Amino acid sequence: MSDARAIESGAVATLASLAPQNSKPDGTLLAVRLRKRMAGQGHEFALDAEFQAAPGFTILFGASGAGKTTLLDCVAGLTTPDAGRIAIGERILFDSSQGADVAVAKRRVGYVFQDLALFPHLTVEQNVQYGLAHLGQAERRERSSAILQAFRIAHLARRWAREISGGESQRVALARTLVTDPAVLLLDEPLAALDAPTKAKIIDDLREWNRTHCIPILYVTHSREEVFALGERVIVLDAGRIVVEGTPHDVMTAPQQETVAQLAGFENIFDATVESAHPERGTMTCRLATASDAGTVLLETPLVRADVGSALRVGIRAGDILLATSLPQGLSARNVIPGRVTSLQQRDVIVSSRVNCGVEMEVHLTLAARDSLQLAPGREVWLVIKTHSCHLMQR
Amino acid sequence: MPFPKPFARQVRALPVMTIDWQAFWLTLQLAVTVSAILLLVGLPVAYWIAFSGWRWKFLVEAVVALPIVLPPTVLGFYVLVALGARSPLGRWWISLTGHTLAFTFSGLVIGSILYSLPFAVQPFAASFAGVDRKLMAASATLGASPLRTFFRVIVPLSIPGLITGTALSFAHTMGEFGVVLMVGGNIPGVTRTVSIDIYDRVQASDYAGANGTALVLLAFCFVVLVIVYSLNRKPWAVGPAK
Repeated sequence: MSDARAIESGAVATLASLAPQNSKPDGTLLAVRLRKRMAGQGHEFALDAEFQAAPGFTILFGASGAGKTTLLDCVAGLTTPDAGRIAIGERILFDSSQGADVAVAKRRVGYVFQDLALFPHLTVEQNVQYGLAHLGQAERRERSSAILQAFRIAHLARRWAREISGGESQRVALARTLVTDPAVLLLDEPLAALDAPTKAKIIDDLREWNRTHCIPILYVTHSREEVFALGERVIVLDAGRIVVEGTPHDVMTAPQQETVAQLAGFENIFDATVESAHPERGTMTCRLATASDAGTVLLETPLVRADVGSALRVGIRAGDILLATSLPQGLSARNVIPGRVTSLQQRDVIVSSRVNCGVEMEVHLTLAARDSLQLAPGREVWLVIKTHSCHLMQR
Repeated sequence: MPFPKPFARQVRALPVMTIDWQAFWLTLQLAVTVSAILLLVGLPVAYWIAFSGWRWKFLVEAVVALPIVLPPTVLGFYVLVALGARSPLGRWWISLTGHTLAFTFSGLVIGSILYSLPFAVQPFAASFAGVDRKLMAASATLGASPLRTFFRVIVPLSIPGLITGTALSFAHTMGEFGVVLMVGGNIPGVTRTVSIDIYDRVQASDYAGANGTALVLLAFCFVVLVIVYSLNRKPWAVGPAK
């Protein structure tokens, strides 16, 4: 029905054609500076963050409990910061020095919650029209059917919100928020529960929508994949503080902080000292700290600006390490280190193997690889690690 | 066709059940008025109890719950005093209407509202508090005022609690005795409710009459509760047109 109406009125919607109604896409900045004490589990910590978000995606990345959701709640006005200032362009939402605190309903901050919070007693269409109460019925209908079409959920308009599937619910929640023309969009892991293809489609739709609206989108996640898929800019939060920010590539592939490294998925993190630098090759050699009775372990790593003898930290992803059962020849990889398998553990379709080569490294293999190599504890192996799989960080 | 003789004699031998329909209708009127007013008054009170962050809130909660534990005669006594010609409220009412509130239907309504307040407010407040806070937050971020959030989100999702609270206050008022006796006395057609009628008949050894009235009240209350619980069983049983 809503399809028919939309076609009649000529409003065949694509996401890009849903032009903003009352805000011009002028590239408004969201500026946030706030402090908020939080009672965590067993400990107290303070959220203390300052950043600016330009139009487009800004990823808030961090472990759970880092303060990401509290940060979003402060921007939306659901939580009051102890001090600070939040503004969209010239429009002040919160300013403790002026005693300004705009009511949630008047902030024009769109918020899609992790659990979506669709109204279960309303239909999909009623959910989408919920934020349009200030408009006349005709315009309300037109806008909601346009966005339902754009998000490819027009066929669900008359269904109860509690009846539709997970992926459909995500689309409805996004449509319900976007149809209100927010000045800033907050997304709290809205896609966490979805499979990758569905997720990718929704993200594409969201990008398409924001091409015309150009609003800052704060996107909370703790998934590494999402950071790379979305990222224009990443802000990494740890225990309430911004530890690093930059492009996803900068932040995630060459983390300067150990917390980032763990978040970025480095299963292997070792203390190391610079043994020698080879500027002509663009590499340097690092010695890993080992137990006193073990031999030396040397790694060839990318060249960074660090003096010989200085202390660094090396992160290596378990999935970036190859295993060989005989000494491999003719490889481009610069690091071939002998070791012995100490344990094998199957986790879902991945085999996590621990190999002692002076230090203990975690290596991830497929089931097929384990079987064809006939790996077992005690087996002698060679670890093969590319230079650029060794990520250096400051200690 | 006339009944065979032995059967006719049997029927005449049964005690005649005279039901005081006037008392019955008066009680019904009282219960409907009181539960309707409690639905209106109870909503804001319950909202405040469910969502206020005031640190002395528990004092208000205790006051609201007081009628559950208080002997009806104690409550009735204070209501009677408060409504009487010596209290400011009573004087104000007399200046307004020319007669006292005590021993009138209006006085009975006021006493019953106080008496049944917790039976409405507590289920209301419990169901409000059970509404997912995220839904209220979502409503606010979509630009809805607290009032709109209340009527579009909180109330629709609290229907079972609202039905329960209204039914409980209705049934509680139908069967109340002590407060009515204290505040209303026993004036036929004005303040004489079913439970007082039953009490009177038992006092006068009219067990048959008491039995008849009691049976009607019992059946009526049972039917009301059956309807309420069957409505509550599936709050969203009615689906939209596809």
